[in-house]
Amino acid sequence: MIQFDRFQLENGLKVLVHQDSTTPMAVVNILYNVGAKDEHADKTGFAHLFEHLMFGGSVNIPDYDEPLQRAGGENNAYTTNDLTNYYCQLPAENIETAFWLESDRMLSLAFSPKSLEVQRKVVCEEFKEHYINKPYGDAWHKMRTLAYTKHPYRWMTIGASLAHVEQATMEDVKDFFFQFYRPNNAILVVTGNVKTDEVKLLAEKWFGPIPAGKPYQRNLPAEPKQEKHRSLDVRADVPMDMLMMTWHMGGRFDENYHATDLLTEVLGGGASSRLYEQLIKVKQLFSSISCFHFGTIDPGLFVITGKLVKGISMSVAEKAVLEEVEKMKHEILDEKEVQKVINKTESMICFEDMSIMNRAQSLAFYELIGDAALMNEELEKYQAVTPLKIQATAKSIFEDTNRNTLYYYSKNMA
Amino acid sequence: MILDRTNAPLIKDAVDFDIQIKPYQLYTLDNGVKVYAFEGGAQEVMLLDLVFSAGNSYETKNWVAPATNYLLKNGTSTKSAFEVNDAFEFYGAFLNRSCFNETATISLHSLTKHFTKVIPVVSEIIADAVFPENELAIYAKNQIQQLTLNLKKGDFIANRFIDEYLFGIDHPYGKYSSETAYNQLTRDDLTSFYNKYYKEGECTVFMAGKFPSNIESILNQYIGSLPLNKNVIEKPVHPIVAATQKKYSVVNDPSSVQGAIRIARHFPNRHHPDFAGAQVLNNIFGGFFGSRLMSNIREDKGYTYGIHSYLQNHIQQSAWLVSTDAGKDVCRATIDEVYKEMAILRTDLVDTDELNLVKNYMLGSLLGDLDGPFQIIGRWKSYILNGLTEEYFYNTIKTVRAIQPEHIQELANKYLQEDDFYELVVY
Repeated sequence: MIQFDRFQLENGLKVLVHQDSTTPMAVVNILYNVGAKDEHADKTGFAHLFEHLMFGGSVNIPDYDEPLQRAGGENNAYTTNDLTNYYCQLPAENIETAFWLESDRMLSLAFSPKSLEVQRKVVCEEFKEHYINKPYGDAWHKMRTLAYTKHPYRWMTIGASLAHVEQATMEDVKDFFFQFYRPNNAILVVTGNVKTDEVKLLAEKWFGPIPAGKPYQRNLPAEPKQEKHRSLDVRADVPMDMLMMTWHMGGRFDENYHATDLLTEVLGGGASSRLYEQLIKVKQLFSSISCFHFGTIDPGLFVITGKLVKGISMSVAEKAVLEEVEKMKHEILDEKEVQKVINKTESMICFEDMSIMNRAQSLAFYELIGDAALMNEELEKYQAVTPLKIQATAKSIFEDTNRNTLYYYSKNMA
Repeated sequence: MILDRTNAPLIKDAVDFDIQIKPYQLYTLDNGVKVYAFEGGAQEVMLLDLVFSAGNSYETKNWVAPATNYLLKNGTSTKSAFEVNDAFEFYGAFLNRSCFNETATISLHSLTKHFTKVIPVVSEIIADAVFPENELAIYAKNQIQQLTLNLKKGDFIANRFIDEYLFGIDHPYGKYSSETAYNQLTRDDLTSFYNKYYKEGECTVFMAGKFPSNIESILNQYIGSLPLNKNVIEKPVHPIVAATQKKYSVVNDPSSVQGAIRIARHFPNRHHPDFAGAQVLNNIFGGFFGSRLMSNIREDKGYTYGIHSYLQNHIQQSAWLVSTDAGKDVCRATIDEVYKEMAILRTDLVDTDELNLVKNYMLGSLLGDLDGPFQIIGRWKSYILNGLTEEYFYNTIKTVRAIQPEHIQELANKYLQEDDFYELVVY
């Protein structure tokens, strides 16, 4: 059970505080309600590029990192399709430094042309390192374009192409900032050795004077229901064939969300999972296989992907995966198998909650999707999932018309 | 009053923090196995780390140590690999194993309430792993495929080669896997290694989190009753055979858009009096986000997504490395800038302001690194395995607090000499 206090400033900034006096540290986490899904289709990769620019100096403070490091702190940030999150950890006694830095960059960035120029290059190198200069690096780009026709989940956070990042202008940067980086579009979470009253004073002092922005009305195109199986053949200079299948699934609020999560565990969680046992060990068709889902707020994808053992044909591998998937629709799992994945989920939640950093990020995320208190209800929701519910979920997801398949062939093979 | 946002709030200098490492509890099981324990934390979870003298230093045939370690949980005389895995996963426990150079570990993460359900299986693995032929065959086949894939990656190749140049292909720190090595592994290799280094091997236990009330007797029942620590395990001596050639350029993939750069030199281990000071110098040079390499090569020039320098975590002998992936057309420029930064550290005294920032950063992160029971026992484990005591911890802090620009410059002149470094680019 994670206890927290919550209040809101007049400018709309939501503030959550979780006190833990056993640590000498504090975490200051700011989540902005903007992700890659809020980008224009012809300016993708912007939310992530912007995350880099947030470290390029703010209106009153030329350098973000230096004063934080001087206060004994560390920080980082990440961008997903749904959100952008910034966090820093520092000795609790120096927490005001984090308020000073974070509030100034929420007030306004410095918008330095040099920072834009350099970060465009840095992000292009990041793009190359992870998506070009790496075997199968383009697989997710291709899969997203295949599976989504309308919804902006069809591009990755790094962007649809290097060109979009290279073309970003200062005007784009300013527009983006004043549209999304406003207090009423953010959630501030402070965890660690702090007192709520102190946080209240600091929040009022540093964030209170920042004017609210125009409320952002998110109006994204919904992905139409897929009507038939879609597939794509890829041939590339990779050492072995890879099969990647996805099915559309519900979003974070879908009533089957927790059952879907457990379904991925039954199929692919660990060395006693079904796909691992059947396809790697018994039939020896795959050298590696995994099953997971996007965990996105809007309807995401359920994924099964693996590398084929040399000499195994794509169609044999595909058939074997589909057999396992079919079983989920026709069998009712025994209680023990369901208990296993629930136990595992309980364990993962407990381990995750160990650090004040994870607690801060979870609180921010659950507040974003409606209420931080939901964080404490998660385990119960998993425990309430029955074998029948998992079967019903499997039936609703594993329709062949709902499937997208990437056949990623090694060019070296005949 | 108008808020002055241009001036930083007052801070307490991290150098003024009273940083303590909380003590462990030590007890000895019936068979002589030592247990280092740190109890604490808010969650009802625990970590049990069994460290064996079974790293790749002890193998006489390439890759026997990692393969034995990996296949420990792939079957006992009464349980299949699936059943062993299921026994842990049913209770939401995670059993990991890792093979290093001197040591190899079996680590159990478990909910405290299920610890008694899973510890018997840990015991079974140490006493009765059988390494079935078909498990070894699947392992070898899949590892070869994984290796083929990794060999497409410049950074993977670069990591292998730079270690080979530094230590030699026959040294535990310099050797690496190959298709041949996987193909030559036999069940006999694994079982004899297992019998000597696990079943009747040398073991030390590290444990942290919330423990069940009778933890000592549970451990005695399941670990203390095993035939461990009976024999003296001889520590093999491996001479370091460094390459004579210093500069290398390797083309792995002509279509590559980046080059993997590694620049490295030998460095003494943690017992050397220069080690703590070198860590401060390393941080200034390339050890954190605000370092000179990062500020110059990423934040000013945009040649790379990241560049880091670090001291390798070896027991016998360390190495000092610079590592980055940079755009193909700017690899040479990146390397030149690295040497330029070394030269500046040798000729110019570091500014007190910059030095203080680094000191604060280091001590602040140390405070954060000691936050939580797993972190505390992890730190103790590293000290104990390196033959260090808490004196090392406090001496390091003392050095970081006291070190002056002149000493930093002296260390730079001693260690950051371009000619001492191996240099490798893999395209």
